[in-house]
Amino acid sequence: MNSKEELKLTEFAAQLRKHIITMNCHAGSGHPGGSLSSVEIVAYLFTKEINFSPKNSRDINRDRFILSKGHSCLVLYAALAEKGFFDVEEFKKLRHVDGMLQGHPDRLKTPGVEFNSGSLGQGFSFALGCALGAKRKNLSYRTYALLGDGELNEGQIWEGMMFGAHHKLDNLLAIVDYNKLQSDDLNTNITALEPLMDKFKSFGWYAMEIDGHDFNKIDNALDRAKKIKGKPSIILAHTIKGKGISFMENVPKWHGSLAPQGVEKECALREVKCEDLIL
Amino acid sequence: MITMRDAFGEALIDLAKIRDDFVVLDADVAGGTGTNVFRDAFPDRFIQCGIAEQNMMSMAAGLSTTGIIPIVTCYGVFASMRAIEQARNSIAYPNFNVKIVASHLGLDVGPDGPSHQAIEDISIYRAIPNFKVVSPADPFELKNALPVVLDHEGPVYFRTGRSPIPDIFDKNINFKLGKGLIVREGSDVTIVAVGVMVHRALEAANLLEKENISCRIVNMSTLKPIDIDIIVDSAKTTGAIVTTEDHNINGGLGGAVAETIVEHMPVPMVRVGIKDIFAESGEPEDLSKKYRLMPEDIALAAKDVIKRKI
Repeated sequence: MNSKEELKLTEFAAQLRKHIITMNCHAGSGHPGGSLSSVEIVAYLFTKEINFSPKNSRDINRDRFILSKGHSCLVLYAALAEKGFFDVEEFKKLRHVDGMLQGHPDRLKTPGVEFNSGSLGQGFSFALGCALGAKRKNLSYRTYALLGDGELNEGQIWEGMMFGAHHKLDNLLAIVDYNKLQSDDLNTNITALEPLMDKFKSFGWYAMEIDGHDFNKIDNALDRAKKIKGKPSIILAHTIKGKGISFMENVPKWHGSLAPQGVEKECALREVKCEDLIL
Repeated sequence: MITMRDAFGEALIDLAKIRDDFVVLDADVAGGTGTNVFRDAFPDRFIQCGIAEQNMMSMAAGLSTTGIIPIVTCYGVFASMRAIEQARNSIAYPNFNVKIVASHLGLDVGPDGPSHQAIEDISIYRAIPNFKVVSPADPFELKNALPVVLDHEGPVYFRTGRSPIPDIFDKNINFKLGKGLIVREGSDVTIVAVGVMVHRALEAANLLEKENISCRIVNMSTLKPIDIDIIVDSAKTTGAIVTTEDHNINGGLGGAVAETIVEHMPVPMVRVGIKDIFAESGEPEDLSKKYRLMPEDIALAAKDVIKRKI
């Protein structure tokens, strides 16, 4: 990737963070932490990787992006608005009655949403079904699933891991937003996950480990995944929960559901360069 | 006399010969659900998901995005409880075109015992928006209903069964989604039955006829949406209703009919079913005697409810 491309991605990521914080403040609730940690991954996928736009969103051969960690939908809504699926004005009605943006994604209400995720583990299995469907129908699209690390506690994930390897779903890429924090606390204080790379490999997946905020690393891993045949790929992307908002970084409570208030709200809006929204 | 699961396997093969839009998903129970014959006849259209029902449900939803109709098959207990939250959030809420077909329902399961006897599945699936719930009464109705269910765009929960049951209809039975069917006309009481209880209700009607009691029998093979018209008409025409199901009396067919008549046409009613207890292992016939699901039990309930008529 050249520096010009990298700069464009950095600007796009900044725009997504801006949307996440303003949306979060409008709603007065939501899950900012895991949305902010996923920003670079989502920014890369939506600008450089997936063949998905309002023009082809009903095309059977569109690439599928499934946000399995559905609570982080702020980042998805931000990317979809940037891609032209709906107007940014919708952000003001997030989580409010008659709004199209639900607390967790709803494909029937929000253009561009593939799946009603939110109940953890299910988006991953759904993605496996999308990938299997492509194989059965001889379609060339690829499927991308973004998973949370806490989500890996779900037994359904490991059912799916076995299924994906057994059916050789090499048209599927899973990415784990490994921010080390889940709903209440650190992963290590809830249910230890490590050694994750060993687990993925032993389940028959091609596993890669990267810095999930580094566009060059994301670029390289996605490229490698496309060359792997006969097995699905997974990227363990090390990230920082709350990335980009100083007081949210690595603080469990910013998982959600909440929004910054008072001084914290002012601070967050300043950090995403939205001073005009400070009352 | 064949089993409903065998009828299901045969129906799948017949349909697969004339339409290529569906596949069958299995959780390592093909011998139990009757899909083994389909697997052997159409191996390319059979997807083994392993003993992992939760993944199977959500995966089916993803598969359906390519226009394939997934028929998810497993036992009733697992379809309605082990993986119910996946059926709700991955299939019903996003409204994907997935069919769930369950065998092993009620005391009809027999010797495998209560862990495998689904006595709650109607109540559970009935409570989830977007699901239609269908439970045919004999192999002919099953074979007639399956293509209708496949043609319906949206999620359906479809019940088969494990044990042999007598034929009630012939191949010309015309299944209509959302409609009950009067299989015997009568004036003193209506027995609304579902699944394996329909043939027992007909036997009960024969017993009652000997005592000069005239029974209308309604086969309620669609449990959701429930046929309000046929229930209200039965309440008006006969003035009393018995419901019967091989299922818990709470929230199933009895619940659906009670909700309907209370709102539209209150008349005396009695529910014949499993009385909110876990049963035990045994042959279906022996269990039906012990847990009071026999024609004699339905007939007694009918006489009881007639006494309460206003």
